[in-house]
Amino acid sequence: MSATGIGAAVRRKEDQRFITGSGNYTSDITRPGEVRAYFVRSPHAHATIKKVNTKAAEKMPGVVAVLTGADLANDKIGGLICGWAITSKDGTPMKMGAHPAVAADKVRCVGDAVAVVLAETLRQARDAAEAVEVDYGVLPSVVDPAKAAAKGAPQIHDVAPNNMIYDWHLGDKAATDAAFASAKHVTKLDIINNRLVPNAMEPRAAIAEYDQGNDALTLWNTSQNPHVARLVISAFVGMAPEHKLRVIAPDVGGGFGSKIFIYPEEVVALWAARRVKRPVKWVSDRSEAFLTDAHGRDHVTKAELALDANHKITGLRVHTIANIGAYMSTFSSSVPTYLYATLLSGQYAIPAIYAEVDAVYTNTAPVDAYRGAGRPEATFVVERLVEVAARELGVDPAELRRKNFVKSFPHQTPVIMAYDAGDYDASLTKAMNMIDYKNFGQRKAASEKNGKLRGIGFSTYIEACGIAPSQAVGSLGAGVGLWESAEVRVNPTGSVEILTGSHSHGQGHETTFAQLVSDRLGVPIETVSIVHGDTDKVQFGMGTYGSRSGAVGMSAIVKALDKIEAKAKKVAGYMMEASGDDIEFKDGKFTVKGTDKSVGWGDVTLNAYIAHKFTGGQLEPGLKEGAFYDPTNFTFPAGCHIAEVEIDPETGKTTIANWVAVDDFGNIINPMIVEGQVHGGIAQGVGQALLEGAHYNSDGQLVTGSFMDYAMPRAADLPSFKVDTTLTPCPSNPLGIKGCGEAGAIASPAALINAITNAVGHENVPMPATPSTVWKAAQGGMKKAAE
Amino acid sequence: MYAFTYERPKNVDDAVKLLKKADDAKLLAGGQTLLPAMKLRLASPGTIVDLSGIKGLSGIKASSKAVVIGALTKHVEVMNSAEVQKSLPALAHLASVIGDPAVRNRGTIGGSLANNDPSADYPAAALGLGATIKTNKREIEADKFFKGLFETALGADEIIESVSFPVPEKAGYEKFRNPASRFALVGVFVSKGKDGARVAVTGAGESGVFRVKEMEAALGKDFSAKAIEGIKVPAKGMIADLHGTAEYRAHLIGVLARRAVAAAK
Ligand SMILES: Cc1cc2nc3c(=O)[nH]c(=O)nc-3n(C[C@H](O)[C@H](O)[C@H](O)COP(=O)(O)OP(=O)(O)OC[C@H]3O[C@@H](n4cnc5c(N)ncnc54)[C@H](O)[C@@H]3O)c2cc1C
Repeated sequence: MSATGIGAAVRRKEDQRFITGSGNYTSDITRPGEVRAYFVRSPHAHATIKKVNTKAAEKMPGVVAVLTGADLANDKIGGLICGWAITSKDGTPMKMGAHPAVAADKVRCVGDAVAVVLAETLRQARDAAEAVEVDYGVLPSVVDPAKAAAKGAPQIHDVAPNNMIYDWHLGDKAATDAAFASAKHVTKLDIINNRLVPNAMEPRAAIAEYDQGNDALTLWNTSQNPHVARLVISAFVGMAPEHKLRVIAPDVGGGFGSKIFIYPEEVVALWAARRVKRPVKWVSDRSEAFLTDAHGRDHVTKAELALDANHKITGLRVHTIANIGAYMSTFSSSVPTYLYATLLSGQYAIPAIYAEVDAVYTNTAPVDAYRGAGRPEATFVVERLVEVAARELGVDPAELRRKNFVKSFPHQTPVIMAYDAGDYDASLTKAMNMIDYKNFGQRKAASEKNGKLRGIGFSTYIEACGIAPSQAVGSLGAGVGLWESAEVRVNPTGSVEILTGSHSHGQGHETTFAQLVSDRLGVPIETVSIVHGDTDKVQFGMGTYGSRSGAVGMSAIVKALDKIEAKAKKVAGYMMEASGDDIEFKDGKFTVKGTDKSVGWGDVTLNAYIAHKFTGGQLEPGLKEGAFYDPTNFTFPAGCHIAEVEIDPETGKTTIANWVAVDDFGNIINPMIVEGQVHGGIAQGVGQALLEGAHYNSDGQLVTGSFMDYAMPRAADLPSFKVDTTLTPCPSNPLGIKGCGEAGAIASPAALINAITNAVGHENVPMPATPSTVWKAAQGGMKKAAE
Repeated sequence: MYAFTYERPKNVDDAVKLLKKADDAKLLAGGQTLLPAMKLRLASPGTIVDLSGIKGLSGIKASSKAVVIGALTKHVEVMNSAEVQKSLPALAHLASVIGDPAVRNRGTIGGSLANNDPSADYPAAALGLGATIKTNKREIEADKFFKGLFETALGADEIIESVSFPVPEKAGYEKFRNPASRFALVGVFVSKGKDGARVAVTGAGESGVFRVKEMEAALGKDFSAKAIEGIKVPAKGMIADLHGTAEYRAHLIGVLARRAVAAAK
C-alpha cells in the first residue's frame, strides 16, 4: 500500500479550504445585478387562498417584482413530481397530487410558498413580503399519519381520497399468516419512528441567472445531484430544454438526503430570473429550513415476529403507515416501500415476510429520504423485535441472533434482496469482545451500587446500498437509472482530472477518488483533481445518496481508468517500438515485458498529446476516456453495534457509557474517512434515539421550529466510540466496496433503545428517549419489578 | 431585523433621556436575548440604547458580607472570578452552566435579570440568596423584583446598575438542562444564611422563578438533603411542554433540591 493509495488514511484534501473559510458555497456566490428573493409563506397548515394582494408590496422601496402562484400558472411552469411510481395492492397507480412551486388555490402545510418578493436587498424583500396581503380560508388540518386516512379527516388533495397515496404490500401473505398460525411464540411491538428535520449545516440556497443572448439559464444550488435536478426541471417543470439549462452545485455543506430533491425555491429562482432578466438569489434561513426542507422517517408501525419451539424465526409481519407530508417529494414514494420493506429480513434467514405500507398525505412538510432512508426504519423494526423476543423467551439476545443469522451466500430473502456476501457472526463476536460483553453483569452491579440503572443493547443491521442496478430499480418503479459516469482526462504533463457524476457534500471524494487514481496510475495524489457538480463539465451523473459514490461512482472511474491504461500502453508501445500487448504498467512505469526498457507516466502522457511517435492512422492522439458503470446488484454493508447506557433513575438522564461498532463495508479506500462517516452516522442515530423529534401541534404548527426546541446531538452527548471492521469484499463491483455513509444512522437507534429498555425493564420507551420519557419508563419498570 | 436607530450613551442619565425620548427604545447589554428576537423580527425597537459605553456598570466587588456585581458583567467574568469562586462558589458554578461559551462571553447578569426568562439561571440565584437589585432609581429586593414570565418590577426608564448578593454560609445550584436549548428544564438554588434557608426554582414555574417555602422551613431546621426527602412539590402550576411534563418538573425539583443541598459549599 502506498502512502496515498487505496487503504491509506490520507488527510482530506478539501479540508484546508473548508476550515480556512475558503470554500465556495452557493451563498458565497454573487452575480452582477442580482436581486434577492424572499418568500411569503403560509402561516396555516391547510387553507384556501382567496386573494393575494401584492399592490402595497410592489410599491415598497427596492422591490423589483412580486410574483404569485397565479403568475406561475399563467407562465405555464409545471409542478414538481415524485419520480418513483408505486402501485397499490389493487394494481392502481399511486395518487400524486399537484405540487406547484408557488401555491395558487390552496396551501397544504405551514411554510407553503404563496408569493415571492424580489428586491434589491434581502431586507427590502423581507419588508415587502410582510406587506403582501393574503386572504386565507382556513380549513381543518391533519398532521398525524395514523389519523389522516380516518373517516372525516380533512381532504388534502382531491386526487387522493382519504389522503391515501397508496396501500402497497410486499411478500407472501398466505405463507406469513401460516407461519404465525403455527408459531410457538409471537412477539408484538407498536413502533413509532419519529420524524426528523435534516438540519444540514448549510441551509439550502439557489441563484439563477438568465442569459438573454443565448436564451439559456444557469442555476447554482445546494444539490446532491445536479444532473437529476436539471433533468426534472427541464423535462417535468418545463423550465428550459436540458441543453439550455446549466446546473452547478458547488461546495455543499451537508445534505443527508435533504438536498437530493428538487424544491420549489430553485424552480422559482429560475422562473423569476427569466422574468425580471436579472440574477435571482435565494438563501434559506434556519427557520425556513425547519419548515421547508424535506423531513425524514415518520412511520407508525405494528410489527410481529413468529418463532418456533427451537427459537427459529419463522415469520415477520409488518403494517406501516408512512407520513408523506403535504406533497410527494422527489423520491418520497420509494423510501417507505422499496428502501424499507426489502430490508425487513435483516441479517436473518426468515422464510416468510409480509409487509403492508399505507402512504398518506398530511398537512406537514414533505417527507423524503434522510440518511439511511427506509433502512433505519426497517432495522429499528427488526432489531427491536428480535431483542424483545429474546427477553420474552429468556434467552441471550446475541444467541438468538446468532441462531437465526444468514450463514451461506448468496442468500435470497423473501423480500426481493439477494444478499451477496457477509459474515454476521464475525462482526457480532468481535463487537461482543470489544465491549467485554461477558463482564457486563459486573458493570451493571457497580452502577446499581451507585443508584444507577445500566443496560446493553444490540443492533445487528444490514442495509442495501450503492443503489443499484438500473434494470432492477426500473422494474420496481424508479423513473431513472441508477448507474454512474466518470471521465478521466489526462493532461500532457501527466496531471489527471476526474469528472464524476457523484457529488461530494462532505464525503471527501476529492481525497478518496484521488487515492484510487494515485493507486492505479502511480501518480502523486496532488496531481489529481476531482471535478463534480457542474452539468456543463460532467456530461451526466446520478449524484450522491444511498452510500453509492464508492461502490458505483468509483467503479465508473475504475472502468475509465482501465481504458486509460490500455491506451497509454499503446502510446508507450509506440515510444519503445514494442507492441502495446507487451507493455506492463506498474507504479507509474511502462515496461516492455522481459526487458529493462521503460518509460515513465509523464513521458507517455506527453507523447499521447504531441503524437510524434505514431500516425493518426495508428492511434488517436490524446488521453481521455469515459465510462458508465451499472452495478450487478445492490451492496450489503452489515455489522453489529452495541450500546451500553447508564441511566439516572431520578432524572431519567441517559448517559452512553460504551459504544462499539463493528462494520463490514467491504474493501476500504480511506479508513480515516470511513471512521468519520461511522462517527457522524452514529451521532445522527443517537440524535434520533435520544434527542430529535419534529413535532407538529394539532393545528399543524411546527412546535420544534428552531434549535431552542429541536434538540440536535452535541459532542457532549456522545461517548468516545470504539469502531472496527470485518471484511467480506463485495463481489458485485470491481473494488469490492460496500459503502459506509449511512450505516451508523441505520444501526444506532435500535442499539440505543434496546439498551435503554434493557436498563429500565420496560419496552415502551418511544423515541426520542428524552429524560422525561425515560424517567416515566423507569417508574413503570420499577412498578413492574415490584409487582 | 428591522432598521433601528443606534445610540451609545456615556452615562446612565443620558441613557435614561434616550429611553424617555423614544417610546419604543430598548436597552442593549450583551444582546444574547434581544438580538435573536430582533433577527426573528419578534422584537422591533425603534431605538437601541447600547449600555456598553457607560463606565462603571461592569465589575465584581466582594466583601465578607456581600458580592456586588455590576449589571454589564459578563457570565464568563462571574464564572472565572477568583472572588466569586471563593465567597460564592455556587454563583460561579451557575454562571459556568449558562448557555455555551459564545453566550457566556457576551451575555450579562443585568440583561439576564431584566429579561426574567422563566428558564434562566440568574433569577434562581437572586431569589435563592435574597439579592438586592440596584437601579438608577432604587434598590429592589429579589422577592419583589420578579413578577411573572418576562415581567419584572423595573419601570420603563429604569436601568439595573448592579446586583448585591449576600454571602451565605452555604449555597448550591443544581441545573438540569433542557436537551435542546440548554436553558434550565429545572434549576434549584439553595442557600443557608443568617436569616434561614432559601430554595428558589427556575425553569419549572408557569409564572417564572419561585421559592419553595416548605423546603425552606425544613432546611432552616436541618440543612441536609434528608430533611427535604419527603417534601413533594405539586405538579399544578408547573410548565408542561415537549421537554417535560408538569409531573416530571415537579419531581425534578425535589431531586435537584436534595442534590443542591448535598453539594452546597
Ligand atoms: C444560545 C443561547 C443559550 C442561552 N442559554 C442560557 C442559559 O442556559 N441560561 C440562562 O440563564 N440564559 C441563557 N441564555 C440567555 C443569556 O444568558 C442572555 O445573556 C441573557 O438572557 C440576557 O443578557 P444580555 O446581556 O444578553 O441582554 P440583552 O439581550 O442585551 O437584553 C435583554 C433584555 O434586558 C434588557 N436589559 C439589558 N440590560 C439591562 C439593564 N442593565 N437594565 C435594564 N434592562 C436591561 C434589554 O433591554 C432587553 O430587554 C442563552 C442565550 C442564548 C442565545
